[in-house]
Amino acid sequence: MLKLEQVHTYYGNSHILQGLSFEVPTGKCMALLGRNGAGKTTTIHSIAGLTTPRHGRISFCGATISGLPSYKIARQGIALVPQGRRIFPSLTIRENLTVSAREARQDRKAGQKVWTLEEVYELFPILKEREQNMGTQLSGGQQQMLAIGRALLTNPHFLLMDEPSEGLAPVVIEQIGEIIQTLKKTGLSILLVEQNFYLACAVADEVLIMNKGQIVWNGSPQALLANKEVQHQYLGV
Amino acid sequence: MTTSTLAMHILNGLAYGMLLFMIAAGLSIIFGLMNIVNLAHGTFYLVGVYVAYTFVQQGTGFWPALLLAIVIVAALGMVMEKVLMERVYGKELEQVLLTFGLSFIFADVVKWIWGSSPLTLPVPSALDFSLNVGLTEFPAYRIFVIGIGCLLAAGLWYMENKTRIGAIIRAGVDDREMLAALGINIKIVFTAIFAVGAALAGLSGVLGGPIMGMYVGIDSEILVSSLVIVVVGGLGTWKGAFIGAILIGLTDTLGRVWFPSLTMAMIFVIMIMVLLIRPNGLFGRGAQA
Repeated sequence: MLKLEQVHTYYGNSHILQGLSFEVPTGKCMALLGRNGAGKTTTIHSIAGLTTPRHGRISFCGATISGLPSYKIARQGIALVPQGRRIFPSLTIRENLTVSAREARQDRKAGQKVWTLEEVYELFPILKEREQNMGTQLSGGQQQMLAIGRALLTNPHFLLMDEPSEGLAPVVIEQIGEIIQTLKKTGLSILLVEQNFYLACAVADEVLIMNKGQIVWNGSPQALLANKEVQHQYLGV
Repeated sequence: MTTSTLAMHILNGLAYGMLLFMIAAGLSIIFGLMNIVNLAHGTFYLVGVYVAYTFVQQGTGFWPALLLAIVIVAALGMVMEKVLMERVYGKELEQVLLTFGLSFIFADVVKWIWGSSPLTLPVPSALDFSLNVGLTEFPAYRIFVIGIGCLLAAGLWYMENKTRIGAIIRAGVDDREMLAALGINIKIVFTAIFAVGAALAGLSGVLGGPIMGMYVGIDSEILVSSLVIVVVGGLGTWKGAFIGAILIGLTDTLGRVWFPSLTMAMIFVIMIMVLLIRPNGLFGRGAQA
């Protein structure tokens, strides 16, 4: 569904992604792991169009999206749950959810869930209770739910999640894991960038490990859990 | 000074403040959303009043001239944003050069078309009388201008807080990049806001014509006052522009009555005091990450 072929992305003169290639199949949750500075967030930004790759091709459902402005990429059905959540501080919780909401796309797969505000409230009741509060008055975990809800209301086919567990308490991380499991069941394809190795292994169908802007290992979560050497070499676990 | 003259000066100050508000609101929102200091914003005021003058000369009457001038200035703003501004987003120095240069070019074009002697836009006949407002007799037209300013503030409040476009603008001031990543075409929003800001400055120009007269140079005078208002009120908020404009309008008018030679200094003293106490302006937000 989402395919990166020999992607090179730079920040100024720093060569961050150095010929990155991988593919996320429809309906799968893929986890992207790696140490700080491996290029995980740059990968997300390259896909979402926040940083345009200099070489290579990123395609989504067969159509090239690299080089498009980010709003057009989003309208193809790719939604971003960014690192640090990036809740709009001047908007209420309800406005944060509705500001970018879009009708479900005509070309959605049969059986794919159509999200409405009510359904997001059903998934995250706390957001309904506090809908008139400002987005930044929520706790970290609740803000993460808000960022996920905001992305779901664009009715995407594909979810890019950048470190959803960052800065959250273990019990809340567990909750986030359950939410991702729920989302998988609705037919969403997910690319999950994580520092939290155990969360990634708990929810992903397949794991990719990145180092210096390239994929250095891929396999199932079970294989990774069994492979202490890879864990040690690339993740410092 | 008697109470009635004081009341008159205060009303004059309010009317002037409302004219400034109409310009500063657009300037402030454009500043907050697009990070552009549009030094050509006074140009919209200038073009607005001169275009309206020509229509009035052609016999259209004041109100149709007002509407036509607003539409023309909005179109000018839209073209300016689409053709020129789009190339300089994120480049402060280029923006300053471009917009400052444009303000000179337009000032000369206005001089070339309409000449350099001061002109006046006549007060529309329907409002050309005095009203007794209790303490003093006051021109109905200036009351009308104060009313329009207050209506505009109410309209902006409604738009900002109760509509989706208002939410998009607030979110855009917060985090443009995130908004785009959620599928909002922020460029269209930029163009629309630039055009609306231009239209408001044009409105101010036409409404200000009968009060302040019209001459080349008024654009830069009014721009300086508007910039002070934006700094005092805070970037990116029309509320700040509203309170700031009333403050500066009153200070300017009352200052001219009591300390004519110190007026400009008083305005800047206010600005410095606000900056010392609230570096982000009265309604400004903290620096963004």
